[in-house]
Amino acid sequence: MRNKLATQSLFELSAAGRRATTFPESDVGAGPLDELLPAEQLAESPPPLPELSEPTVVRHFVNLSTLNMSVDTHFYPLGSCTMKYNPKRHERLARFGGIGDLHPYAHPEDSQGMLAVLYDLQEMLAEIAGLPAVSLHPAAGAQGELTALLVAAAWFRDRGEERTKVLFPSSAHGTNPASAALAGFKTVQLNKSAGGLVDFDELVSQVDDSTAVFMITNPNTLGIFEKEIVRISQLLHDHGALVYIDGANMNANVGITRPGDFGGDMMHYNVHKTFTGPHGAGGPGAGPIAVRDFLADYLPAPVVQKTGEGYELATPSRSIGRMRSFFGNVGILLRGYFYLRTLGASGLKDVAEQAVLNANYLKAKLADVLPVPDGEWCLHEFVASAKRVKDERGITAMDIAKRLLDYGFHAPTVYFPLVVPEAMMIEPTETESMETLDCFAKAIRTIVTEDPEFLHSAPHTTPISRPDEVAAGRNPVFRWTPACDS
Amino acid sequence: MAYLLNTEDQQQKMLESIGADSVADLFRGIPDAVRVEGLLRLPPALTEMELEAEVAERAAENVSAARVCFLGGGAYDHFVPAVVDEIAGRGEFYTAYTPYQPEASQGSLQAFFEYQTLICQLTGMEVANASLYEGGTAVSEAAFMAMRVTNRHTKVAVLGSVHPEYRQVLETYTGNLDCEVVTIPTPDGMCDLNRAAEALDERTACLIVQHPNFFGCLEDAAKLTQIAHEVGALSVVSFDPISLGVLKNPGSYGADIAVAEGQPLGIPMQYGGPYLGVLASKKDFVRKMPGRIVSEARDREGRACYVLGLQTREQHIRREKATSNICTNQGLLALRATVYLSLLGPQGLREAAELCCRKAHFAAEQLTSSDEFDLMFDRPFFKEFTLRCRGGAAAARDRARASGFDVGPELSRFSSMGSAFTDEALLVAVTEQRTREEIDELASVFNVP
Repeated sequence: MRNKLATQSLFELSAAGRRATTFPESDVGAGPLDELLPAEQLAESPPPLPELSEPTVVRHFVNLSTLNMSVDTHFYPLGSCTMKYNPKRHERLARFGGIGDLHPYAHPEDSQGMLAVLYDLQEMLAEIAGLPAVSLHPAAGAQGELTALLVAAAWFRDRGEERTKVLFPSSAHGTNPASAALAGFKTVQLNKSAGGLVDFDELVSQVDDSTAVFMITNPNTLGIFEKEIVRISQLLHDHGALVYIDGANMNANVGITRPGDFGGDMMHYNVHKTFTGPHGAGGPGAGPIAVRDFLADYLPAPVVQKTGEGYELATPSRSIGRMRSFFGNVGILLRGYFYLRTLGASGLKDVAEQAVLNANYLKAKLADVLPVPDGEWCLHEFVASAKRVKDERGITAMDIAKRLLDYGFHAPTVYFPLVVPEAMMIEPTETESMETLDCFAKAIRTIVTEDPEFLHSAPHTTPISRPDEVAAGRNPVFRWTPACDS
Repeated sequence: MAYLLNTEDQQQKMLESIGADSVADLFRGIPDAVRVEGLLRLPPALTEMELEAEVAERAAENVSAARVCFLGGGAYDHFVPAVVDEIAGRGEFYTAYTPYQPEASQGSLQAFFEYQTLICQLTGMEVANASLYEGGTAVSEAAFMAMRVTNRHTKVAVLGSVHPEYRQVLETYTGNLDCEVVTIPTPDGMCDLNRAAEALDERTACLIVQHPNFFGCLEDAAKLTQIAHEVGALSVVSFDPISLGVLKNPGSYGADIAVAEGQPLGIPMQYGGPYLGVLASKKDFVRKMPGRIVSEARDREGRACYVLGLQTREQHIRREKATSNICTNQGLLALRATVYLSLLGPQGLREAAELCCRKAHFAAEQLTSSDEFDLMFDRPFFKEFTLRCRGGAAAARDRARASGFDVGPELSRFSSMGSAFTDEALLVAVTEQRTREEIDELASVFNVP
């Protein structure tokens, strides 16, 4: 029997009287607290947190960590997530004294090194976007979207234009419509697809003088470049609307093509995708935005500005305000900076090229078992369909995904985008070798020959298998209570 | 380049198997007219050694970090135990994705379930989500949540003693919506209960209180909660997690939504982020909550496990009708907070809170022995207080800087945010890390014997 003591919950591991962190005795006296604070504000006892010793805490969390798959331990070809290697040098540098321990309200004169780095990052991101004005402020991609939409709203308001609609294709990430609604816009989804691309005629029929912004991911979620993007942008601009580029798929573009050059007026980056901020099991991210010059005055505060002698924080003249407290998710932004300084222009272009080479190689290796309906060659990712194996053998995309875990691979994204039946969205990234891709392709080719019944109950070697999420949603439990013990 | 793996030979084989002549060929779907010609204008590539040398040089220019830190205003120099860095530094945690694939993510899922439980234990609330971006957006998300719960979408009220940046975020978030943000002035450093009652009406979704507030003072959060409830509004309380080592928790006085900046829970200051947005509420409101939530489940063999719960609230399923646009959250910071609270336990948290409180009071006493300072507000405070500086806050701050201390922020940096934000007002924060000696030395800068 496997010893599971360490992965019992913290609360079951607790025993009254155990301690880990202790603090020094007070060196400023230790009189009764109610001499300092009103008695009615004081709690009778501290919060009922678990009581644990340091070795218990360490063993608990280290054991929990072994229940995860991660980029450091596994190939993680999750489409649209860009799960590339996270360089270890970034982790060391982000902790340097003077960086990790710098207070956000440090006087600008006393934080010139930080401001210089952030200024340089703004400049690099402007160059990569082909858009001159950058805000590093947003906390993640979705907040970048919201920020840009509020910038657009403020710009239209200043021009006395009442524009109420935000358009996006059905293949858009859910954050696009969610951000548009939160920004106060009406959302209009385009439902047609022309070989995986935006249907230009449908777009024409929806764009009018009440259109504020068209949000588009390019390359799109199928990993295909919108070849009509210039015409699309022109159409929007002819109607006085703006084009927003969702930068989730920038890994295919970096050094190859720039949103500003193909018609985008605003975009966000996901530093945690394209520029190696580690995903952290859900976050943190950083979602800087880049915009055209005429929108620069509306960017949120603060931005970093160059002065005669150094750098300062500034508020743009027509700023929409703040989107969050303090400067931004600096720890993640710095990792992006370290990465770009390591790559340089040529290395950055290599990233896009090798990511695209890896994706096309894997696509070719799988073409006969998991065909890709749209497009000859893909960019950084492709969406294969398991429809044929489902029709012929009753094996679903979910079955393949779950069984891959048994073979030691993280599963691709499945059932997104909806335009492809039995979708498997695969993004290998540039930081994988041909050997790994061969091994992965072999695993899939084996899986599709396995007993379908066996696959329906996969995975078979993971700590758990196929939790019943529907039952969990019926009477959901979100916290441990002593009753859970039984 | 260190992060690429395929040799020239391999690349050639790969191209053959694809049926492409060259890598450039693969990009032919991108129109020539929008291609970058040549290379972008970026600084030259650096080796690891060169990069490290350059970053070290930049880091050394951030002289603030070398000073004794009495800076506050929402980010604090609390102690971070080594175990927190060690656990959060494990690649299995920090290089994993969002745990959508439960079989491959039980480690993170269990840690987040434990985080949610710890936040409930800390706050006395019934349910917590798995994190938001940071303390400021947590306030705005709480306001939107209150609008959904009360079905009142046109007005929220906020005390003027709430962090000015949190209030600015709320104004930006509601900027393009038909929602009025009413600010209740707090010129005396805390809220006058009558003024709060007058500002609220049947249209108000919530009253937002920060306790201890931005000036460091304690609010009467219990009475303010009652006042909100009298008109059917929710009480939203932004708290300092360390303060709950000694202060009554939001659940005990009936707060509906409790939010916080979780940075004090084992997260380095790193110039403002990434931090941790904490949000907890009554259980009845859980389906209106923003962000991810982990719930318990059973797998096909009946084994207890964890999954992401109630996903139908979220943007990837509900799209424009989602409870929030948040996708990426602050998972790794929630993990840090989980480890931190596990290490401190009830006694450790109480010790940390008591030390902050005692040292802050000692510092206030020492500093106000100088002719240059008195307390701006004669109110009870926890770990932070506002000085009135006769010679101006900026001058006082500069004198401290010149002697190796950082104090602040000076409140004039938020001068548009209320009458208390004067040129004379200076915030001073004192954590458990400050020693009597450091406090005495700071006071001596201002001629306190």
